[in-house]
Amino acid sequence: MSIHDVTMKSQTPLVGPADAARYDSRFSSLASGTMSSAMRDLMAITEQADVISLAGGLPDTEAFPRAIFEDIMSDLGADFLASSLQYGPTDGMKDLREQIAILMSHEGAHARVDDILITSGGQQAIDLSIRTFVNPGDSVLAEGPTYPGAVPCFTAYGADVTHVPLDQDGMRVDLLEEAYGRLASEGRPPKILYTIPNFQNPAGVTMSLPRRQRLIEFAHANGLLIIEDNPYGQIRFEGDALPTLFELDGGAGWVVYLSTFSKILAPGVRVGWAVAPPAVLRKMNLGKQAADLCSSNLTQRFITEYLRRHDYREHVARVNGIYKARRDVMLATMESRFPASATWTRPRGGLFVWATLPDYIDTKALQAKALERQVAFVPGEAAFLDGRGKSSMRLNFSGVSEALITEGIGRLGEVLSDFCALHETLHPTRS
Amino acid sequence: MSRVAVLKGGPSLEREVSLRSGTNVELALARLGHEVIPIEADQHLVRTLRETRPDVAFVALHGRGGEDGTVQEILEILQIPYTGSGVLASERAMDKVVSKALFRNAGVPVPPGYAFNKDAFSKMGAADTLPEMQQKLGLPLCVKPARQGSAFGITMVREPGDLGGAILNAMGYDDRVLVERFIAGRELAVSVVMASEPWALPVIEAVPLGRDFYDFEARYTPGETELRPPGDVDDEIIQEAARVSILASRTLECRGITRVDLMLDADDHLWVLEVNTIPGMTDTSLLPKAAEVAGIGFDRVVADMLDLAALDV
Repeated sequence: MSIHDVTMKSQTPLVGPADAARYDSRFSSLASGTMSSAMRDLMAITEQADVISLAGGLPDTEAFPRAIFEDIMSDLGADFLASSLQYGPTDGMKDLREQIAILMSHEGAHARVDDILITSGGQQAIDLSIRTFVNPGDSVLAEGPTYPGAVPCFTAYGADVTHVPLDQDGMRVDLLEEAYGRLASEGRPPKILYTIPNFQNPAGVTMSLPRRQRLIEFAHANGLLIIEDNPYGQIRFEGDALPTLFELDGGAGWVVYLSTFSKILAPGVRVGWAVAPPAVLRKMNLGKQAADLCSSNLTQRFITEYLRRHDYREHVARVNGIYKARRDVMLATMESRFPASATWTRPRGGLFVWATLPDYIDTKALQAKALERQVAFVPGEAAFLDGRGKSSMRLNFSGVSEALITEGIGRLGEVLSDFCALHETLHPTRS
Repeated sequence: MSRVAVLKGGPSLEREVSLRSGTNVELALARLGHEVIPIEADQHLVRTLRETRPDVAFVALHGRGGEDGTVQEILEILQIPYTGSGVLASERAMDKVVSKALFRNAGVPVPPGYAFNKDAFSKMGAADTLPEMQQKLGLPLCVKPARQGSAFGITMVREPGDLGGAILNAMGYDDRVLVERFIAGRELAVSVVMASEPWALPVIEAVPLGRDFYDFEARYTPGETELRPPGDVDDEIIQEAARVSILASRTLECRGITRVDLMLDADDHLWVLEVNTIPGMTDTSLLPKAAEVAGIGFDRVVADMLDLAALDV
């Protein structure tokens, strides 16, 4: 039987558009809070073939050695077949949690194995941590811009997000203190801060050590709970690693730490993790039980065996070499092809460059024009919950070859120059 | 029973809307007993059409490429009868500037406005005319890309200094833009069946909930716009809305079923904004609502569209 036969049969009893209204009044407020359609529709086109997409956040999975993959998978079949295909504990496979504790120690972070919860990708760790703490209307702090993928979580759970600006040294902790004070004086102190200190998505900047220290001091003095999301810490091209907020917290319990294998190994395995104090972890565990019972045993076992047999840092070093070359090409091409009125970050790691254009340019309109030239990026608005970011854009350099980066940035530069020239003619007196 | 190819998706900004329209159409065609061939309007479209050899093509594409005569021309060459308007009518309707000029000549009421292409600004200094344009039309203004569906690139201009920025924004979506007087009022839509004697489905009003105008989000998010027959509007006005909608669709020489968007201002004047040659068929679209109100149902509308499928030549 082919899919065609099945589809033909399954179609007949389905409801028509007039019947769809019956669901409208039943949708939960959680289901209704979705990303704006204009943005979603714009992004849908970027996934087509022939489009040079600088919009994704994709690591280069072609760099993963095929021989290693085949070797481990065949051993899984021989040694772990039944258990790999079975359900597992909600908090995840103990062997993997041990490997994660070792992995974290390479970043100078020391976690107890029992404080680790395996999640289905870093995205689930974000979702669980927000839903564990946020009621509709609760005040939450996040960087501005923040991770576009966290935006639907904030929206779904009704978080009232106040954005804290960033500069080259990461989040402006002084402005965070101000925002916290203002919200506290209004009787609604922020419940949590969501932050990506290393090679922030989308800005690409890293929080300096003095700011990390000041942030932890402030958190301890004021009882601010920090959700530290660290997917990119090891995607470092230059400079020394800085201590995580989790480590600086010194076990005081004011930091919930999130990370993932998506960027250092592969997003296809869908394995991430959270480290939290026991009381918090219990709640997150209950949330995960409701969401999916447990993450895939098969991929957990795969990662465990990989980490046991190989030094993952060799793989990370290899992909970092690829990404660094791509970043260099992107920055150099932007330098020569973007108009002088544009500014952008120069990330020392991670996957993204954040560019800010003259404020008369709406990057959604720019995206529409760029798509005619088959180039896509993420309009900055996707990284804010308050409509800001209209003149900014996120550019990804990890998922596209150097040649395509050169071509894509070149085309973007032309589209941008057109906009700037047109603006000049439309505003002759002001220019 | 026919073999019906449903053309959907495509590279336009309205791709997602098209996919939703297409799915609804496919389900209806299956209920009507036709063999459905869903076809993604991608770079292999011609090859796929040649291989699948449908009796008729149901064009469920919106926006550029699908609604502007491009796909229609391909179907003409392949001699596959298709739903909706022909090549030239599609082009006329897609371009708000062209259709506006034709409407004006035919006595269809349209808001006053001006249109410029990019060259007018970059090569002929048209920016110097912005003050006159503003003075003649009066604020607020509505700035639109000439050839773009939905509400992409549409900006309302309330402040005198904002016109340039609005034009720049619209230019992201098309090289030609339309600057119109903004007509405040009620938003009506009339679906017209272009049978040998054209007739109109019941008038539907789109009532945006808590928003300042019918923007893109309101247009496609369930619950944010209420679609309903305008119960309190005089029958005379309803009849007039149907009359001008039929006149507008005839003026462009449309086929199939069109949807005409109008404004009803505070003085009970009707203004035609545009004619859509491929009305949305999503759960939150106006034509399905009109069919529901008329008591004929979605499937009958799809059947009518299929019956009216044709070739220009």
